Amino acid sequence: MTGGPGQPASRRARRLALLLCLFLAALGSTGAAAQPVTPAAEAGTADLYPFPSAAEQARFQALLSELRCPMCENQTIADSGAPIAADMRDRVYRMMRGGASDDAIVTALVQRFGDYVRYRPVFDARTALLWLTPALVVLIGAAAIVLLVRHRRRVRAAPTALTSQQRARADHLLTEGSEGRRSGGGEA
Amino acid sequence: MKRSLLFIPLLLAIALGLVLYFGLGTDKSQRPSALVGDPVPPFNLPGLADPGQRYTEAMFQGQITLLNVWGTWCPACRHEHPYLVSLARQLGQDSTVRLVGLNYKDTRDAAREWLRDLGNPYQQVVFDADGTLGFDLGVYGAPETFVIDADGVIRYRHVGIVNEQVWAETLQPLIQTLKGGS
Repeated sequence: MTGGPGQPASRRARRLALLLCLFLAALGSTGAAAQPVTPAAEAGTADLYPFPSAAEQARFQALLSELRCPMCENQTIADSGAPIAADMRDRVYRMMRGGASDDAIVTALVQRFGDYVRYRPVFDARTALLWLTPALVVLIGAAAIVLLVRHRRRVRAAPTALTSQQRARADHLLTEGSEGRRSGGGEA
Repeated sequence: MKRSLLFIPLLLAIALGLVLYFGLGTDKSQRPSALVGDPVPPFNLPGLADPGQRYTEAMFQGQITLLNVWGTWCPACRHEHPYLVSLARQLGQDSTVRLVGLNYKDTRDAAREWLRDLGNPYQQVVFDADGTLGFDLGVYGAPETFVIDADGVIRYRHVGIVNEQVWAETLQPLIQTLKGGS
């Protein structure tokens, strides 16, 4: 049942290990931001959008995965099959070949389609809560675990022995009881 | 452990529920245009009826315009079209508002035939075969309708079909405001 002071160290260690694993898993989920370009999409665009170097190709793919399709809302323009995504890929390609910086390209698209097309939302007053909530939830969870473990340990360590007051009262009740039996013993 | 602490998960769940509930009310398909408050971006495109006719952003000066983005490939546009025809008739007397079409990523012949068969509600139709003006306007799917004031500034963008309800609740009041003098 609940662990007393006699609980074997191995069981306690296993519980702590489990809690640690859950904590780390929760922590890991906060890192899931923009999805990386899937290998299939990457293979497809390499032929349509040739670049002189692999570095440029990589930069192109990175840009595509930073931009959201306005029509298929949960896809990047790398993955989406919507016509507007194709148009946006074209524009990114043309601007890159024309020498534009990543910033200039993203800005040009945001100017037309809104902040919404940034796959990773900008961090400002409006979106602060969106960004911080996962971390906050993990922190609250961790705090709860720590408090719980500390409380349990405190309860377990609490003396199970009687206080001197309780002992005196117990004695009193025991002797009183036996006296009562002796005095009230006679039945007719 | 204090019993009252056990209420914390419940309170968090209620708070989350409230946040999500209010989120339900917002219409996610109506994303506000990034161009509201900006002038129509520069363009130079042919007309649909007469390829020799060129249109530029200057065409929006002097009148309030409802710019309707459409294409024959778009089923919702087909659905919207009869209402636009009746709206155009309604606006016919009003010289301060007009309906202009932006034929988006379409073929000239198909578009002309369409208007011939179903009626033409537009005072002018700009032929945007490659969708370059559409792209610059942030159009991501047809139909979309922009409200442009007499100075050529974009004031509003409606995503989806325009019908009597959209007109009465959103577009007409806005146009009234614009007419009322800045």
